[in-house]
Order: sequence, then structure tokens, then C-alpha cells
Amino acid sequence: MNDFSNALSTAFALVTSLDRDLFEIVGLSLEISLTAVLVATIIGLPAGAALALSRFPGRRPLIIVLNALMGLPPVVVGLVIYLLLSRSGPLGSYGLLFTPTAMVIAQSVLVTPIIAALARQTVADLHEEYDEHLRAIGSGPLQRMATLLWDGRFRLLTAILAGFGRAIAEVGAVLIVGGNILHSTRVMTTTIALETSKGNLAIALGLGLILVTLAVSVNAAAMLLGETAHRRYG
Amino acid sequence: MAADTTDTNGLLPMVVDAVSYRAGDQALIDHVSFRLEDSRRTVILGPNGAGKSVLLRLCHGLLAPSAGAITWGGSTPAATMKRRGLVFQRPVMLRRSVAANIEHVLKTQGIGRDRRRGLVSAALDQAGLKSLAHRQARTLSGGEQQRLAIARAWLLEPAVVLLDEPTANLDPGATRAVEELIIRLGATGAKILMTTHDIAQARRLAEEVMFLHHGRLLEHRPAVEFFAGPRDPDAADFIAGQLIN
Repeated sequence: MNDFSNALSTAFALVTSLDRDLFEIVGLSLEISLTAVLVATIIGLPAGAALALSRFPGRRPLIIVLNALMGLPPVVVGLVIYLLLSRSGPLGSYGLLFTPTAMVIAQSVLVTPIIAALARQTVADLHEEYDEHLRAIGSGPLQRMATLLWDGRFRLLTAILAGFGRAIAEVGAVLIVGGNILHSTRVMTTTIALETSKGNLAIALGLGLILVTLAVSVNAAAMLLGETAHRRYG
Repeated sequence: MAADTTDTNGLLPMVVDAVSYRAGDQALIDHVSFRLEDSRRTVILGPNGAGKSVLLRLCHGLLAPSAGAITWGGSTPAATMKRRGLVFQRPVMLRRSVAANIEHVLKTQGIGRDRRRGLVSAALDQAGLKSLAHRQARTLSGGEQQRLAIARAWLLEPAVVLLDEPTANLDPGATRAVEELIIRLGATGAKILMTTHDIAQARRLAEEVMFLHHGRLLEHRPAVEFFAGPRDPDAADFIAGQLIN
């Protein structure tokens, strides 16, 4: 217990003193996860909307697979990306392993199914309501997709925040493909894992505090957003 | 009179030829045939469950008939869709402002930004919604939503406007506002084809009545004649205010 309170006070001191190493790590975490979420959004929103609106054989199994992929284990994603990017792998010649780019790729793979699956659900629900009107005014497939994505914008933003929450908190994928190299690929979660195993509880706990604060803020933002949208748009 | 309006309206005559629509083994529309020759206001009257909404959706091309054919001025419903407006019983309100709801239809039809602004403003004026232009459409009252739906259907000078029980969920004040809008819309030369189960409303609005019951068209006559003495016994009972089954 004494360990814990000591660690906690040192952690507070680290956070409030704006320790440079600490904030370099926080900055890199944000940079990687935000980039991954951006990539996942650019792929996931149109993919989810297209899946909601198109009809083709094998669509239902695809939706089931997509929904299942929301629970993809990060370590497995890390392993697969590792194999693809390693020297002997098919993408080895790009030399991306143990770089922030590899970490962005891994997190994008993790987050894209979340955003795509939630976007599909949002667009499908809205489509049920809008379908007759959109057909009656002669709306084409792309126009339809644009209308539904725009009108679902608040729920989609919640989906994107959920994706960010997943990316910023995961450790398995970034640890494997990033390698936890100081000043290069060290992010909050990998640092917490490393420092805890070294017995450096203060810095681990300090980062833990920041991580929890971020996660709580993201969830609060998602909730507020949903409520505001419901009040304003009915 | 009839000849004049026919000439200016490219979608008339509208011909429904032996149309049936089945869901499973039940015929929701059972071998219905009729012609609409001119721009008089036509009301499809009948009790709930008569098949009125299905018939209107068939006419617009939202449903495809199981048998028979529908043509508007010789073309299919799908090919002529953009020249008609459609108003639903429960209007679909996009999660946008009133003005944006109108503009969305224009954008869908490929109207350029400059022209859109004028058209949106004119449509808001027509429907008496100018002061609500920036309100979120889904926060409007039922009557205001239905007026917005009519304004949307009115855009781009439609040759025909189809309305499915447009006042079924409205109070008398809102109903009057919507009916006045329908009459003004008809006065522009647009053919009005609407459904209602409300006999008083049919008396107020109809120039021509089609009486539909159990998916079959039992009468199709000028409103004055129909209300003076329906030939069909079910129609007579219905307008006498009796419950028919």
C-alpha cells in the first residue's frame, strides 16, 4: 500500500511537472492513434455504408465476419502485421517494422472493423427510415450513401470515438510491430508494460493516469455528443 | 377544360391496366383498371386497409405490380418519377434544417447552387415556412412537417403530386392549412392524386372520386355524382358513415 501511495505521489509530480520524456511518449501515442483512426475512418465509413446499402450474395456472412472482427485480439493483429513487414515478409522491402508507421498500420487494422461495423449499423437503421423518400425523389446510390452518412454524422462520430478509445488503449499490436524503442516507438501502453516489469511504478502509474483520463474524456465526449444530437435533431 | 389541362400535362393520360399486387397469397390490389385524363383533383377514398397506400406506391413506381401495367403519358412510373412529387402519411424528415430538407431534393436532381437558393426560398414562401427555415425539421409540429413535405414535393413544377393520407395524423387547424396548400398546388396545373379515409375531406377536396375497398376499385366518378348517390352498396354505406367490412 505504501508502494502504491509513493508511486502515486511521484506520478502526480511527473504529470504536473510536464516531464519531457513523459510528454514525448503521450504525444507519440496520440499521433499514432489519431492517424490510425483517420485512416480507419476514411476506409471504414464508405465501406460500412456500402455494405449497408448493397445487396450481393455472401453479404450476410460478410456482416457477421465484420462484426466479429470488432473483437480482433491486438496481439494477433500485431503478429500478422509483424510477419507481413518483417525482412522476409511480402512487405519487408519497405523497412517499416519497428517504426511508427508500422504501429499506425496495426492500429488501423484493429480500428477499421469497429468503425465499418458501427457505420453499417447506423446507415442501415437510417436507411430503413429514409428509403422510400430517397427512392421517391430518384436518389442514386452514391447520393444515397452521402445523404445517410451525413444524417448519421453524430452516431458516426461516436463510432469514431469508440475506435479511438480502442486504439489508444491497446498494447499488444504496437508492442509487437513497434518494438517499444525509446524516443522512437515508445507509447503510453508499451511504456506502462515495460516500466511495471522493471519496477518503475511511478512513471507507469503516471501514464496510467493520463490514459484513464483520456479514455474517460473520450467516453464523456461521445455521450454528450449523442445527447446533444438527440436534443437538437430529434 | 379537360382538354386544356391534358395538353399541358405531359404525364397524362395515366393508365392503370388490370393491375394486381400480391403479398403472399393475398391480393392487396385486385385487378384494378382506370384512366386519369385531366388535372382534376382525384381522391382515392376507402376504409383503412383498402389498399390505398399500396395503389399510390404502385402508381409512383415504389412497388412493382404482380400483374398488369401502369403508364404515365405512355412511359413507365420509374422513368417519369422525377416529374412527380410524393407526400407520405408520415413524412420523412432528414436530420437537417427545414431549408436543407428542401435543398437536398434539388441537389439530388442536380440543380446548381445558384438556382437552388432561389428555389428554396420560393418553396419556403409557398408553404408558409419562411420563419422556420433554420429550425431542425424533426422538431417541427406534425402539420409543419407535412407542409414541408408538400413544399419538397412541389419543387421543380411537378406534373403530378401524389399524397398518401396527408392529414391522417393532424388536428383540424393543421389539416386546414395542408388542404389549402393542396388546393393551391392543384391550381398551378399539377395533377393531384391523393388518398384519404376521411369522407368529409374527400367532399372538400375531390373533383373526382375513386372508391377502393378490399383492393378493388368499386367506383370511379366525378365527386358530385358520387356523393349524390354511390352505385356500390359498400360505398353508399361508407359515405353514410357506417362501418363496412
